Amino acid sequence: MSTVYNLKQEVEKPERLTGGHRLCAGCGAGIVVSGVLRALDKEDRAVVVNATSCLEVSTFMYPYTAYMDSYIHSAFENSAATCSGVEAAYNALKRRGKVEGTVKFITFAGDGGTYDIGLQSLSGAMERGHDMVYVCYDNEAYMNTGIQRSSATPPFARTTTTPVGSVGQGKKQNKKDLTEILVAHHIPYVAQTAPIGNFKDLHTRAYNAIYTEGPCFLNVLSPCPRGWDYPAARLAEIIKLAVDTCVWPLFEVEEGVWRLSYTPKKKLPVVDFLRPQGRFRHMFQKGNEWMIEEAQASVDQKWERLLERTGA
Amino acid sequence: MICAKDINERTPWQDLTPGGEIYEPGTARAFNTGAWRTHTPVFHPETCKHCMLCVPFCPDNAIPVKDGKRLDFNYMHCKGCGICENVCPFPAITMVSGGVAR
Amino acid sequence: MSNRLTGNEAVAYAMKQVNPDVMGAFPITPSTEIPEYFASYVANGEVNTEYVTVESEHSSMSVCLAAQAAGARSVCATSSCGLALMYELLYVAASCRLPVTLACVNRALSGPININNDHSDSMGARDTGWIQIYAENNQEAYDNFLMAMPIGETPSVRLPVMTCMDGFITSHAVENIDLLETDVVRKFIGEYNPENYLLKKENPLAVGPYDVSPYYMEHKVQEAEAMKAAKARILEVAAEFANISGRRYGLFEEYRMEDAQLALVLIGSSAGTAKAAVDKLREDGIKAGLVKIRVFRPFPGEELALALANTRAVAVMDKSEGFSANGGPLFAETRSALYDLKERPYLIDIVYGLGGRDIKVEDFEKVFGRLADIAVTGETGPVYTHMGQRSKEEIA
Repeated sequence: MSTVYNLKQEVEKPERLTGGHRLCAGCGAGIVVSGVLRALDKEDRAVVVNATSCLEVSTFMYPYTAYMDSYIHSAFENSAATCSGVEAAYNALKRRGKVEGTVKFITFAGDGGTYDIGLQSLSGAMERGHDMVYVCYDNEAYMNTGIQRSSATPPFARTTTTPVGSVGQGKKQNKKDLTEILVAHHIPYVAQTAPIGNFKDLHTRAYNAIYTEGPCFLNVLSPCPRGWDYPAARLAEIIKLAVDTCVWPLFEVEEGVWRLSYTPKKKLPVVDFLRPQGRFRHMFQKGNEWMIEEAQASVDQKWERLLERTGA
Repeated sequence: MICAKDINERTPWQDLTPGGEIYEPGTARAFNTGAWRTHTPVFHPETCKHCMLCVPFCPDNAIPVKDGKRLDFNYMHCKGCGICENVCPFPAITMVSGGVAR
Repeated sequence: MSNRLTGNEAVAYAMKQVNPDVMGAFPITPSTEIPEYFASYVANGEVNTEYVTVESEHSSMSVCLAAQAAGARSVCATSSCGLALMYELLYVAASCRLPVTLACVNRALSGPININNDHSDSMGARDTGWIQIYAENNQEAYDNFLMAMPIGETPSVRLPVMTCMDGFITSHAVENIDLLETDVVRKFIGEYNPENYLLKKENPLAVGPYDVSPYYMEHKVQEAEAMKAAKARILEVAAEFANISGRRYGLFEEYRMEDAQLALVLIGSSAGTAKAAVDKLREDGIKAGLVKIRVFRPFPGEELALALANTRAVAVMDKSEGFSANGGPLFAETRSALYDLKERPYLIDIVYGLGGRDIKVEDFEKVFGRLADIAVTGETGPVYTHMGQRSKEEIA
């Protein structure tokens, strides 16, 4: 299924997400969306579906659409159902000879729209087996409304609803493991990925998801310079640290078979990922060493489990 | 069909598309986000090896590519985030202070 | 073609004859039978609809509006809490101008939970931008559903349509009804061919923008104008429908209103009982009449004012509570419609039938009795009251 990846050829393709959108400077979402859409074969059309999100308000502000393909946004919590409606229409119209050619269906939603309010809609669509790709661009909080915690927010992270104060120390709870929840749907393809290096991983996972028949899911780490509180220019470095510390391991599950798609040459300590981000700053205060220890222990435990599952 | 270029903040309701639909691709291209810049990347073609690592990392698709060559920035869309300077393995991009290059 | 069908079966049969591209299906009493019947049509190859068994009504409406945007004709059915769960998407469907057709089998809204009929579900959705057409009986439920698409899909309208019938009373009662031949139905509703749709090859379509304030109000004015335009279209479609069926429909039905002095205004199946009361009073020489509202959105205000202009006293019968402390929704509309008359009848509001509370011929006679007193004395007494509840004091 995988093709030979050639960055030079890929970037020569016409862009499917244009400039002129209003995402913040250095936003991860723009990179993730362009990266996923680049995996579409040039001749294939797509319908892009979007949950209400930073991405939505920035990429289709009337009358400016940043998409080269057809696009629909209807609400926050229903992007998967919306995509299944478009896919159902395609099946019906194709059967009745009213639509020709290949059309792919790709949904983009943030972690709030996926891990939280959109989980039911996503679960339903995956269970029903629509031929679609659902992409969660996970920036680990409700960024569109101004950085509130979601179930994707990692423990201890400071958000506007998990502030740091004399008693509060950021988010108390764990990050929900959404990718595993999707694996439990026994759909043909699930992957966790991120834009790193020459984009081979993101591209390949996206290509696999788009060109595997049936419901496929991608969870893509997508840093938010404002919410994570780091200088926008450092995005690539932050993502690489998330991957090399195993905070965000890259793997795929194809027909139930787990496979690690990236192994760090040297597994870095989790502090390397935490330190550059203001949302974790309080973890480095004297007396809070236990937070870092807990964070490290949690990452280690999950990584070990992933290694077992992937047989790596 | 009503075109996006004919829609602006003086357009009467009768001339807007129903429900806010748009019938064309990529109309956002006409919107200038370059004005947001407080820092500006400067491209040095003489040191660029056209490895393309900067291109997919641009959130604004402001690095055009043609015939295997990366071209100068599209300053109408570049917001000056500086990611490209950081991912460039060669000194082919430098950030300068202010909204304009040079 | 005459048949004995329940209201649900009649609407499901109409859906089968339409053979829509997509159906969003989720069960809720008392509309559940509609997706059930439809599932059997799918299973038997009698339709080739894409039948999407969603996990909630929220997703049902999401599927339908998205399918409609993609260029497909989509239908669904629901009741009560199901309609309430769709609420957000009802607005989206209307404001994105996607003419989905929904069969609403009216049922009381929670809480407390109650599965029987009143109009609180669809009345709660009256300002969502949907056209609403109510049926008195099974025949009307069938006919209204067939007329929905030619109304909603017209380019000058492009609004979703909700056809409503009373839960259990209409949905589950068997009646003799006249069905049209399928080829006649197909010809009447025509093909759904929107100018632009997501799957169109020639140009992409972007739907559902972030509409900033320089544009939002203009889009809402467009929607409001479309709702105004719908009135004429509803009458036009009714006239076309009369040609194929012999059955005539207006925005409302006037029953013995020519010289009526005392009149009721109501919606739905209670009209049958009310007509019996009117007939009885007419035998006694009392000039009673009835206006049965068929189209609630767009509201036929001017037409209703004309119909009531020569009456002395009118009781509006609301089968839903609005909790406005100022009367139910039908009353608010009717009173507003009458304001422009030079000489207005006396007007009272009676909320009745909540959660399936029965109303009998004698109850309507009592209402007419109250109207007769008001016409004579010119004293309305309490304008907004309830009827049918146990109470320490009797009002109506």
